[in-house]
Amino acid sequence: MPRSVFGCAISLAVLLTCPSAGRAQTWNAPGLNALEFKAVPPGGPAPQRDLTGIWDGGGAGVGGAGQEAEREAARAPFTPLGEQMVKGNKPGNGPRMVPVAEINDPLSTLGDPSGFPRLLTFELRAVQIVHTPNQVLMLYMFEKRWRVIWTDGRPLPKDPDPRWYGYSVGRWEDDYTFVVETVGLDDRTWLDNSGNPHSTALRVEERYRRVSQNTLELTVVLDDPTVYTKPWMARNRLPLKAVPPGTDLMEMIPSASEAQAYQQFISNPTK
Amino acid sequence: MRRPGEAPVRYTLLGVVLVAAGLLTAPAPAVAHHGAATFETGKEITLKGVVTAWIWANPHCFLKFDAKDDTGMVRQWAAETQNPVSMTTRGWARTSFKAGDEVTVTVEPVKNGAPVGRILSVVRANGQTLRTQGPLPATTPAP
Repeated sequence: MPRSVFGCAISLAVLLTCPSAGRAQTWNAPGLNALEFKAVPPGGPAPQRDLTGIWDGGGAGVGGAGQEAEREAARAPFTPLGEQMVKGNKPGNGPRMVPVAEINDPLSTLGDPSGFPRLLTFELRAVQIVHTPNQVLMLYMFEKRWRVIWTDGRPLPKDPDPRWYGYSVGRWEDDYTFVVETVGLDDRTWLDNSGNPHSTALRVEERYRRVSQNTLELTVVLDDPTVYTKPWMARNRLPLKAVPPGTDLMEMIPSASEAQAYQQFISNPTK
Repeated sequence: MRRPGEAPVRYTLLGVVLVAAGLLTAPAPAVAHHGAATFETGKEITLKGVVTAWIWANPHCFLKFDAKDDTGMVRQWAAETQNPVSMTTRGWARTSFKAGDEVTVTVEPVKNGAPVGRILSVVRANGQTLRTQGPLPATTPAP
């Protein structure tokens, strides 16, 4: 190994293991940039039954412009109802992209919540995971939102009142794989920034596999028989890398007033 | 004490410097709440103007500035960047501009001829160039 590369690995390993080391203490940080993401070392063997930390999916996690083709290739065909539903969605990205002034994305034009599982398919920026005795908490940088995943053995609710972020339970499938199931999702939200719709019948399975100390993999499977003809994988082993533990993250909150200002000064004049 | 074959301290420090330089030059991912349907992709206009407002907001930051067109008439421009988080990785900040700043802005304009576009680069009054694409800058400002 070249000596400079060896030095890089050592310095990054220090940043990721020592809370008081240099850049490990920051305020208002944007998360890992592309090269920081690539340079995160594996960091040793994965701890058992532990997802604790701040995790960043890098550019693939953000899932912005240019990444829709991969998702569209993975998407299951629409049911007849799904075909009808998607016609009403006017996204800013993807195969059904429309000009800025015609976008009706509830997130970017109304300031509606991103909702779940869109929070995993678009703008999945840094997320802190916290364990409590009966919950796993997911604290997302985007929207400064949190989710509660119950780990106390309760079953999912029957016929729940739909919520933006649904109802979630989690269990350890083995010492390194945490599986989350979510139901009761509000159908006002989109699945992604391509405007793919869903119904309240949607069930989401997330699998978090702790590959090493500094790497977590996320797989997301969507099952909505009302809208799609079969289950499909919205995330396929997306790597999440550890962010230095002393990192204070920026807010990234899509507010209604900011959306209105954008429409006033950018969108509307383009009509 | 250094063991046989172990890198001397100065090499390790060099490695740290190199990785730091690398970390600050990585390209940022393309992020947007909308694609290119509205803009004249590939067309560039460079405008000298005076800032009237710098809006640091989601889903896109945007710079409002007054600039003269070819006939000498002042037009009120609004040109967007990406969001504050993505722009921070490129060295932009809430304090990058204030009303009255003289700037040179290169934009990709919208198709309908309105004074709206998306920013490719801005040269600030102090000569610093801020970019929305390409390699990340060598330094980023402290928050």
